Amino acid sequence: MSLKLSHLSVLLIVMVVIFLGLWALCGNVFIGIENIQSMAFQIPELGILSLGMMIVMLTGGINLSLIATSNLSGIILGLLLKQFINPESTGLGVVVIIALAIMVGQLIAISIGFFNGMLVAVLDISPILATLGTMMIIRGTSLVLTNGDVISGFTSAMQVFGISDFLGIPTPFIIFLICTLIMGIILNQTTFGLKVYLIGSNPLACFFSGIKNQSVLLRTYIISGIYSGIAGLIMLSRFNSAKANYGDSYLLLTILASVMGGVSATGGFGKVSGLLISLIILQMISSGFNLLGISSYLSLVFSGIILILVMIIRYTVDKLQSRKI
Amino acid sequence: MKRILDRHEIYVLIAIIVFSSLFSIINPRFLSLENFFDLLKGYSLMGIFTLGMLIVIVSGGIDLSFTAIATICGYVNALLLISYGEELNLFIIFLIAAGIGAALGMVNAVIIHKFDIAPIISTIATSNIFFGLLMFISGGKWLQGFPLWFEDFAKIKMQTLYSPEGTPYGLSIVSVIFLMLLVITALILKYTTLGRSIYAMGGDKISAKRAGINVFGIHVFVYSFMGLVAGIGGVVQLLLVNASAPNSLVGKELDVIAAVVIGGANLAGGVGTILGTLLGVILIAIMGNGLTLMRVPSIYINIIIGFLILISIGASTYRRKKTKRQRIITENN
Amino acid sequence: MVKPNIIVLISYYKMIKGANVDEPLLSLKNVNKNYGGVIALKDVDFEIMHGEIHGLVGENGSGKSTLIKIISGVVQPNPGSTIEINGLPFTSHKEIEAIDKGVMVIYQDLSLFPNLTVAENIALEQIISDHKKIISASELNQISKQAMEQININLPLDDLVNHLSVADQQLVAICRALTRNVKLIIMDEPTASLTSREVDSLFSLITDMKNKGITTLFVSHKLNEVFTIADRITVLRDGGVVGVYETTDVNEEEITMLMTGKKISYEKFIYPPATSQPILDCKNLSRKDQFDSISFQLFPGEILGITGLLGSGRTELALTLFGINQPTSGEIIFDGIPMEKMSIQKAMHKGIGYVPEDRLRQGLVIDHSFENNLIITTMEKLVNNLSFLDRGKIFKMVKYWAEGLSIKAPGGDSPVRTLSGGNQQKVVLAKWLAIRPKVLILDGPTIGIDVAAKQSIHETIKKLARDGIAIILISDEIPEVFSTCNRILVMHKGKIVREFYTEQIDQEEIRRFVYESNNNKEMIHEKDS
Repeated sequence: MSLKLSHLSVLLIVMVVIFLGLWALCGNVFIGIENIQSMAFQIPELGILSLGMMIVMLTGGINLSLIATSNLSGIILGLLLKQFINPESTGLGVVVIIALAIMVGQLIAISIGFFNGMLVAVLDISPILATLGTMMIIRGTSLVLTNGDVISGFTSAMQVFGISDFLGIPTPFIIFLICTLIMGIILNQTTFGLKVYLIGSNPLACFFSGIKNQSVLLRTYIISGIYSGIAGLIMLSRFNSAKANYGDSYLLLTILASVMGGVSATGGFGKVSGLLISLIILQMISSGFNLLGISSYLSLVFSGIILILVMIIRYTVDKLQSRKI
Repeated sequence: MKRILDRHEIYVLIAIIVFSSLFSIINPRFLSLENFFDLLKGYSLMGIFTLGMLIVIVSGGIDLSFTAIATICGYVNALLLISYGEELNLFIIFLIAAGIGAALGMVNAVIIHKFDIAPIISTIATSNIFFGLLMFISGGKWLQGFPLWFEDFAKIKMQTLYSPEGTPYGLSIVSVIFLMLLVITALILKYTTLGRSIYAMGGDKISAKRAGINVFGIHVFVYSFMGLVAGIGGVVQLLLVNASAPNSLVGKELDVIAAVVIGGANLAGGVGTILGTLLGVILIAIMGNGLTLMRVPSIYINIIIGFLILISIGASTYRRKKTKRQRIITENN
Repeated sequence: MVKPNIIVLISYYKMIKGANVDEPLLSLKNVNKNYGGVIALKDVDFEIMHGEIHGLVGENGSGKSTLIKIISGVVQPNPGSTIEINGLPFTSHKEIEAIDKGVMVIYQDLSLFPNLTVAENIALEQIISDHKKIISASELNQISKQAMEQININLPLDDLVNHLSVADQQLVAICRALTRNVKLIIMDEPTASLTSREVDSLFSLITDMKNKGITTLFVSHKLNEVFTIADRITVLRDGGVVGVYETTDVNEEEITMLMTGKKISYEKFIYPPATSQPILDCKNLSRKDQFDSISFQLFPGEILGITGLLGSGRTELALTLFGINQPTSGEIIFDGIPMEKMSIQKAMHKGIGYVPEDRLRQGLVIDHSFENNLIITTMEKLVNNLSFLDRGKIFKMVKYWAEGLSIKAPGGDSPVRTLSGGNQQKVVLAKWLAIRPKVLILDGPTIGIDVAAKQSIHETIKKLARDGIAIILISDEIPEVFSTCNRILVMHKGKIVREFYTEQIDQEEIRRFVYESNNNKEMIHEKDS
């Protein structure tokens, strides 16, 4: 669709402009290996969460329980680790327990995704309200489990997910790239992905064409849950701790990144490539501002302004295009 | 009779009655006047926010930036109170808060209207912008040291009664502020052209334009009103806490939306009443309070409210689906 | 050219004297309108006299809607045209100004507020235009009652509009027009969702209003209705006026010819006698409150028409055959096997396809491309070894159907929204043909499609039948069922009341039966054998 192309082009232009701008302002340190690595360490959390938000938004919905799910998943993982592993011990047994604990954490995230999916797909509850409700329930559960405290002190083996690097490339970034690739494949190459886009655009026509809307929606929320579980794992590893309200500000940022990346607020359109570029833009702003010593709050402000600008540009381009017809 | 059963509010009322009875059996203190006034005071802030949110939702929009707006107004006033405390009075404080709030709300209105951006996205962006600026300027610090008259004002009660233990209680001035705003909002919605036009626009935006309704004007009113109300809420927050706490409100947006939706408002617009919203707030207040009196730790309350939302929404969605299906069938061949 | 001051005097004189009923109420001269390179209206002269009921007919794309928009002030014509209302020039950019002059459009979607009460819907516009700030219930009621009295109706003022029937909603819209002292009501396709009894009601209302001095412009593609109600008819074709005719001077066939510029011949569809087993056999199929004791057989290669007036249960029957709804009793036997617990997926698997009536909302995902809409039913088969979508297979399929059905669609990602109605319908057909159906149910397949495309679709349907597909064609256009079907079932209030073999009768017989059975209280169950 020529519209999508121009959105992608706009994003690329914005990305280049911001890149050049920040390079000019910060100096060569901006393109230095340290900064690149640092950005590569920070993007994955927001990135994986945004992917989980994106697929839900493509169906015309939203997942307000996204962050709460990663937190709970991380908390349960953390509790299991603390319960069964002595921080100093190592060995195969430890690896097995870690693996099992991670699996449990992921299962929790998947179950929440399933629950969300049931509410939206089967009970036909509006996604804002359904995920609002589950978010409150999950957050409350997290608070109960942690008593409001931070859970910390895990075996150093856990660091591999969030802090280690592989040939200079941070491990979480590799995980993020794999997740992005998989999402891209799902959305662009599979029949399921095509159905996601179609349902987001006109669920009634899909129903009349034999598509099982409920099944597709359910799977969408489950995938969102899977991604939030992975993000939870990375967050736990990076912060070496788990808490009930980590990353609360991320929620708005995932929506911001998705919309900036071209996801339509009502669903049916949006590409992973657009989301990727948006994430890079947002991360550059965050890191660049950090290097310049500008408060991170201002990078939040700037991101908000960029989002509105992108929407304004999109609106004007739309208007100009339709005038040509 | 059927018409009464049709209305969403009755079910909320039934839930309130059921839970109230339950809680008062478990703990008779629940029904005490003291508890009632305390509860009212505690939830007045949320109540104030829901008034603005109801109007926004009825118009077909939504606003996630109001907590940021409220905090900003509170912060500005806190600064003023600390620096010029003795020269100010409450009227000016509220005026400033309302003014700033309305202006910020207008920013939302202009962006949403002129560029046709979905309100949820636009207000998320402005929330980030407002909050980011606030945190940057304030550094996230708490501000304290308000003049005595301000602290005293917060303690005003309409009629001071004394509990058996000797603690004073009564209808707090804060609750009065809430109730006054409630009445004003109700009057606007029911008896003014503006109010009915808001419902009309929420029902069908295109038809509203055709009917001669000034859609931009409605947008401006709705979001500015939300901002104004948020500003007043910011001052109320100062009164309640006797300090400015920049971090405390942000994140509570969804609770407010929950109350409005439990009360029967439809996120698509056009549907929702003051009565319903009030009942929604009362229900949430009762649930929170009842559980506290049952010595349930406050952390469980979120969970309960979450379930409450789901049940309430599930029920009204179910009812709406039933009537919708009947109509589609009778209209097709 | 008359000198300017005389014109001023005449206008002034008219203002004082009031409208001169020998002069046109509305007069358009030399109206042109183009959008970019597309000419919507060319040299249009159009007139409506006081107190007449004027019909406006034309195919899709004839310029009807542009003309309405210009009359109602929504759109400005190219410079050089003259528009006069009551003799006074009218140039405006806003609907409000046309309304002030007494011209109001009642659109097909009625533009009401479903979440507000009847009284609010009727009275709100007047309250807004009077710049009143406060509303009282008594004022709303008073304004509403005044309007309702003008046309002798009584609607429940406190009911929400979305609880009303479509016919009643239309009355609300008309009352609303009356509150604004309307002089000219433009009704755009007003009878689309009305039962025939409601249509009669509407027509006597329009006549009533005529007696009270309200002029009506009746825009519709249902020629029989236009002929019933209108005094004069203006025919538009390709953006220009073909002519204005007294209803008594012409007949439907002539008007159709003028609308399309072609003589449409309706060839009957000949079906050789059934040799095989029925592909579909319905025995006493019933669904509570929708249809009752439906029994019929469908043979491969047949085109079976189901007709009847609105409310007869045809679409409900189709939805049950397609598996969306479950019958409450009775059997559906498909290819000799009784079907239990149908679902859409099961129906599709068996080879049943359904082309819905609401093309834009149920038939297509209009914001998506031709390609996506085409493969929506068969995408599971268009994958490669890795279960990924196979672009090569998809490309071949798109090419095959675009050529096979002569679908004119711009390629790439262009949304099907941009296609013409006829092409859109072909896309829907293609997606169903792609599943190689044995039974194809078409519900109102040519609604809103111009005559040339209609013919093309009819030819396609006949070809499909000759290829062995069994087709059920649901339509309330008698000429359509008569010319495409070999057998016609007439439904009324949920039952099959008559079966016709098109070979043996003529079109008039069917029409008479359909309209009469609606007036009869007794149901006659008869089958021609």
